[in-house]
Amino acid sequence: MSTHDHTPPGAATGPAGPPPRARTRKATGAPTGLTQGSRARGGIGESTLRPDGTLKVTGEFAYSSDMWHEDMIWGHILRSPVAHAEIVSIDVSGALAQAGVHAVMTYDDLPTDVRYYGLEIQDTPVLAHGRVRHHGEPVALVAADHPETARRAADRIRVEYRELPVVTDEASALAPGAPVLHPDRAPHGAHPNIVHRQPIVRGDVGAAARRADVVVTGEYTFGMQDQAFLGPESGLAVPGEDGGVDLFVATQWLHSDLRQIAPVLGLPAHKVRMTLAGVGGAFGGREDLSMQIHACLLALRTGKPVKIVYNRFESFFGHVHRHPAKLRFEHGATRDGKLTHMKCRIVLDGGAYASASPAVVGNASSLSVGPYVVDHVDIEALALYTNNPPCGAMRGFGAVQACFGYEAQMDRLAAELGMDPVEFRQRNAMEQGSLMPTGQRVDAPAPVAELLRRVQARPMPPERQWETTEGADVRQLPGGLSNTTHGEGVVRGVGYAVGMKNVGFSEGFDDYSTARVRMEVSGGEPVATVHTAMAEVGQGGVTVHAQIARTELGISRVTIQPADTGVGSAGSTSASRQTYVTGGAVRNACREVREQVLRMGRRKFGTYHRAWATAKLLLEGGKVVTDAGEALADLADVLGDEAVEAELEWRHRPTRPFDPHTGQGDGHVQYAFAAHRAVVEVDTELGLVKVVELACAQDVGKAMNPLSVVGQIQGGSVQGLGMAVMEEIVVDPVTAQVRNPSFTDYLIPTILDTPPLPVDVLELADPHAPYGLRGAGEAPTLSSTPAVLAAVRDATGLDLTHTPVRPEHLVAAALAAAPGRTARN
Amino acid sequence: MRVHFTVNGRQHEADDVWEGESLLYVLRERMGLPGSKNACEQGECGSCTVRLDGVPVCACLVAAGQAEGREVVTVEGLAAHAGQRAQRSGGAPARSEGGQAALAPIQQAFIDAGAVQCGFCTPGLLVAADELLDRQPNPSDADIREALSGNLCRCTGYEKIMDAVRLAASRQGEAARR
Repeated sequence: MSTHDHTPPGAATGPAGPPPRARTRKATGAPTGLTQGSRARGGIGESTLRPDGTLKVTGEFAYSSDMWHEDMIWGHILRSPVAHAEIVSIDVSGALAQAGVHAVMTYDDLPTDVRYYGLEIQDTPVLAHGRVRHHGEPVALVAADHPETARRAADRIRVEYRELPVVTDEASALAPGAPVLHPDRAPHGAHPNIVHRQPIVRGDVGAAARRADVVVTGEYTFGMQDQAFLGPESGLAVPGEDGGVDLFVATQWLHSDLRQIAPVLGLPAHKVRMTLAGVGGAFGGREDLSMQIHACLLALRTGKPVKIVYNRFESFFGHVHRHPAKLRFEHGATRDGKLTHMKCRIVLDGGAYASASPAVVGNASSLSVGPYVVDHVDIEALALYTNNPPCGAMRGFGAVQACFGYEAQMDRLAAELGMDPVEFRQRNAMEQGSLMPTGQRVDAPAPVAELLRRVQARPMPPERQWETTEGADVRQLPGGLSNTTHGEGVVRGVGYAVGMKNVGFSEGFDDYSTARVRMEVSGGEPVATVHTAMAEVGQGGVTVHAQIARTELGISRVTIQPADTGVGSAGSTSASRQTYVTGGAVRNACREVREQVLRMGRRKFGTYHRAWATAKLLLEGGKVVTDAGEALADLADVLGDEAVEAELEWRHRPTRPFDPHTGQGDGHVQYAFAAHRAVVEVDTELGLVKVVELACAQDVGKAMNPLSVVGQIQGGSVQGLGMAVMEEIVVDPVTAQVRNPSFTDYLIPTILDTPPLPVDVLELADPHAPYGLRGAGEAPTLSSTPAVLAAVRDATGLDLTHTPVRPEHLVAAALAAAPGRTARN
Repeated sequence: MRVHFTVNGRQHEADDVWEGESLLYVLRERMGLPGSKNACEQGECGSCTVRLDGVPVCACLVAAGQAEGREVVTVEGLAAHAGQRAQRSGGAPARSEGGQAALAPIQQAFIDAGAVQCGFCTPGLLVAADELLDRQPNPSDADIREALSGNLCRCTGYEKIMDAVRLAASRQGEAARR
């Protein structure tokens, strides 16, 4: 924790956190630092309620955009209006002359030689240096006493751009003589505009293809999706008296940020003290840095606390998106419905900077077969550098794009064979013991066929639900309140899909977490304090980690400390990994505390009862008890006025890199599986789609918190629904400029677009994971998109190959037939 | 300029307000009421929903000067507002054990139903849902979806928000019958 005495209101802590510090003007609540005295026991497996729930419903929970300091000024970022240009000159004099402006900074003002950052490859300039590579790239910073003053000052910075030709797709990026995005980078493939490439070869595809009775090829395109978390990128940087800085920010991984920020500021890591502010959703979009370095630079330059808050327009430029993809598949099957082989090529558009592209390629390639057994494969996935917006992490991370393609192929194969699409999938479904295309054996339950069976067995939603005694309720129809149909031209379709996602960081990454757990007596009662750097982004890690502590320590009062860099890294809140990995660290730290407490008890009370020496001892109900249930001592008496503390790192079993040529290797930790059935109704005249029901079945290993895990499954399903029918960042193919950076033009599902979402949770324990749990957050985002597309194909008979499906795709035939019109895709 | 208006029953004023500032900015940055959220600042997401003389509005689209002399209810005042409503309809406002105004039924229902994840959309949804229950104590599912269609949520998929509104409506009905 910082020793600095300037504390933004949000950094003060709530009930039972550390006391508010000096010069805190007003405590408006806190993201964490919460004690939950649960009347129920509140251990794992219970639907314990969120400890931050009350603060979040009263408006007191302090998000990063709520940070406030009485001396603060506002930062603003000037961004490139063009996608690719040489910067000829920058004149900041107009901005500096404006009243209320405290500082203007460009590349030349950066304090050290470290001027680039990046998650995996340090290729992203803190501020543009001589060249911009994408629309919206940061060029200059302004700090001023009012956000509008800062914006107006930024408008007075004169930047002369000399535009360069753009590369926007595989053909232009890999053409001979194409502009090279990063000429200094060592070549990583056949062309310098290839960020990363991963082939996977297994078996004998040629021989297997000759055994196929049917061969189906397909080409699919996947649009650019935005995470669209609601809390904009924001935070507050407060300069410290020691020359360091305190940063309060919304992120997914504090220590990854710190590793990238400190060198650019020229500060040792311990002088950049980061505290997690309230995070308004993330979904991968906060893995990369956004305003962190910029706020710190301005704070250190001006000596004043600096707040930066993006608006929604800027947010669309302020974080990476999900990679758009072109996918080409060939699958073969025998007449009796067994897959013979698969060939595929997946081209991901990484945009101007690398971000997480290499890892996304690893997932897209290694998961491109899906949850099926195919012994003969020839796979290639690659990511490109282009002048499009940078793409990186989003929920599902490479597995989403692949699933859209292979599930469309499964339906085509089933149709070709005249089989039921669910039955065809079940005949080829992987199970425990199956081999991945990487040669890795799936050594935990893989209930793929069962998940499909469960969604198929659900009763169908009633037909024509819009019919009421007073006529059509248009809210139940495609087009909704636009009142475009009362049922005329509306047809129903049903589609299925299943997918698999790796859990945790893969390919040999040292994926650990750190937890510090302390137990002491407070108010006569034993209380545990759990301190990790885990970013709570809404997923409920704070709830589950407290549940783990209650279960392991047998007490009811647990305080979750604010996440900060005062404790070791927790790793990222991504890859469905925090319940697993930080959960594992909390569990083991609790067990270490338990052993210390038992040693203390033996020391103090061992002579009074022989069971201290002979019995297996547990902590339950605030007491030390024998496994036969006999209470030996109150924890309060064992602890007295002493505190017991343990801090440790915890790792899941190691993974290995994929072979660069064959893709073989035990690259993944764990797999998660989900299946969906989508029921849609389509207005075939206007091309409008209403999803009527989206049912999901998912295996979560162990439902640590059933209420929360169902919430994750429903939320992930609806992000997939959005990708199926409305969400796409449209980038102009000629200028590489983003056309729809707003919630007016980039649509995410509203409550009216969203149907009932029945969920079936399976709990087949993974013997390798803490409590048998399986990372759950991402899998439901995979299969919902292809299930909806399959349902729309079923309703319309159209062969749809692009997601999201747009009205013009559905009425293309009618448009083409209309006099004087040309149908365009 | 200087603006005065009532927020959650208390008179507030703010000085040196630039004419272009929204009601949302003045609430959040000048009055110490950051509960109303700033997710899009263009009236699309509903995170900043407040009631202006009883009517739900996006505070980001209301110029601060337009609020002059008017009454604003934000999420911070929702519990007291719902309490007054309960009192008017003959019931006693719920009190917590400590005696302060308890949460509004819709606030408690959001917690109990699991309708809160990141919580950034929650303040706006609560104000909108409370306004629905104010005028329509027993909404159908389609009514709930219509009333909340101006409030985006990215985390929950809305199912548990539906559960929360149904739960609040049923608890409110039970309280009125007692």
